[in-house]
Amino acid sequence: MIWLGIDTSNTPLSVALVEDGQLLIEHTDSFKTTHSVAAMPTIERIMKEAGITPDQLSAIAVAKGPGSYTGIRIGMTLAKTLGWSLNIPVYPVSSLAVLATPGKWFDGLTVSVMDARRQHVFAGVYDKQTVLTEAHRSFADLLEFLHQQERPVLWCGQDAKLFEEAILACGLVSYFAGVGEQLPRASELISLAQKLEPATSIHELTPDYLRLTEAEVNWMKAND
Amino acid sequence: MTYILGIETSCDETAASIVKDGTVIVSNVVASQIESHKRFGGVVPEVASRHHVEQITLVIEEALTQAAIEPKELDAVAVTEGPGLVGALLIGIQAAKAFAFAHQLPLIGVHHIAGHIYANALENPMEFPMLALVISGGHTELIVMQEDGHFEKIGETRDDAAGEAYDKVARVLSLPYPGGPHIDRLASESDGAVDFPRVWLEEGSYDFSFSGLKSAVINYQHNLQQKGQEINPSHVAAGFQQSVVDVVVEKTRRAAKKYGVKQVIAAGGVAANKGLRTALETTFAEADVPFYVPSLPLCTDNAAMIAAAGYSKFIAGARSDYAMNGRPGMPLSSWNGL
Repeated sequence: MIWLGIDTSNTPLSVALVEDGQLLIEHTDSFKTTHSVAAMPTIERIMKEAGITPDQLSAIAVAKGPGSYTGIRIGMTLAKTLGWSLNIPVYPVSSLAVLATPGKWFDGLTVSVMDARRQHVFAGVYDKQTVLTEAHRSFADLLEFLHQQERPVLWCGQDAKLFEEAILACGLVSYFAGVGEQLPRASELISLAQKLEPATSIHELTPDYLRLTEAEVNWMKAND
Repeated sequence: MTYILGIETSCDETAASIVKDGTVIVSNVVASQIESHKRFGGVVPEVASRHHVEQITLVIEEALTQAAIEPKELDAVAVTEGPGLVGALLIGIQAAKAFAFAHQLPLIGVHHIAGHIYANALENPMEFPMLALVISGGHTELIVMQEDGHFEKIGETRDDAAGEAYDKVARVLSLPYPGGPHIDRLASESDGAVDFPRVWLEEGSYDFSFSGLKSAVINYQHNLQQKGQEINPSHVAAGFQQSVVDVVVEKTRRAAKKYGVKQVIAAGGVAANKGLRTALETTFAEADVPFYVPSLPLCTDNAAMIAAAGYSKFIAGARSDYAMNGRPGMPLSSWNGL
């Protein structure tokens, strides 16, 4: 079994190949290069370096969102098209869960955050490997939720530092993931995928945006 | 025999097609999003991108199924590289890359306008030198082709595209989106026409400008409103369409004469407009220059035209790599001088 993992949810790009539970190669960067340009060449390169041809792949794991709309669409389109073309299963995995993997044994709550602007975040809250919530919400709302839990918190994701001041001031016992732990890792994405079911229909696979488009929100308001 | 898979996602159609030897359509599948965008009165880029992801593999599969062709029988994958909505473009581009990689096929990026021009190759052999009038919701351009794969833009719109002006005037007349066909119908049924200005620009220019005409329509409506009078939508539609048609046809006629072309073609969504089409047909019948407009499904955005243009590039030896990005402002450059 050879798995290809793809995470293009936000600025970082992570792709990996795992064969029978062993990591063959992984590339993770947080360059500003657009995924539209870099993702496919990077996949091609790691496969070449690992000596693996497309027809040898057995499954694809992809970070399905939330995240940058364009970013998650790039990963999802690559995963869908590769999976369908090669006739192999595609496993969509929460991008927030991938970010939270540094806390999988942490005895407290692990919180992964992505900045969604206007003091809002996409946030996942986990108790070890159990999902408590994954949502688009205001940062203040997230803090209030965490206060109710009264547990120490491990903050994950590069965007956590954007809220450092508020986090340090809020009175929760807080830890921050280290530099190397802040980026999503496609190998961890594959590990998560292996505990899930594959998509029943690759054609119908879509990203989890966790938020409607502004045009749709306005249209719904006007038609309420 | 050369089979090319074409993929097009530059705006609000998700399309895939298989074309043989650049001239024969084997399959041509288009999933339109128009129903979804109607509620917003125009194409919302983010919504378009979301629909493309939902449709893309289905549409490609349907193109292969209808053609009864296996991926291994294909010779290349051609995809619209630009211009267009960047978020929409890159869905087709990523899908094309992944498909090409999975099946180890060459990848070819195609200019959307070149696609519209090569749509003609699917119905009539192209003869050079040729003049192409590309007229749609995003473009109004006159392009001279001295030979296959060679483009010289001699004129373009300086403001709104013709189709954009149609949509805006349709909004003034409270016509549903997309407004072009409604204006065309009203104009054809009308028993009169408001006299709107013709914008010719400088002497000898092949450029266009439609924003002044659009403003003239809006001002006309305001003036009547202030006098408490109702506008006659058919007369406005007929007057507006006549102004567009007069200028477009005359500039196309002059350009065809100056460049001594053997063939004139019209392409793009507005080329489906009956008023414009009839006027062009009459003009070039009188001038004795063969004039062609692709049939309706090939005028609007489709992937067969991308495969047809891709074939010309394929023969010329052009190849793209996996770093191809969506290029919203991609220039139309020649590919036969590789």
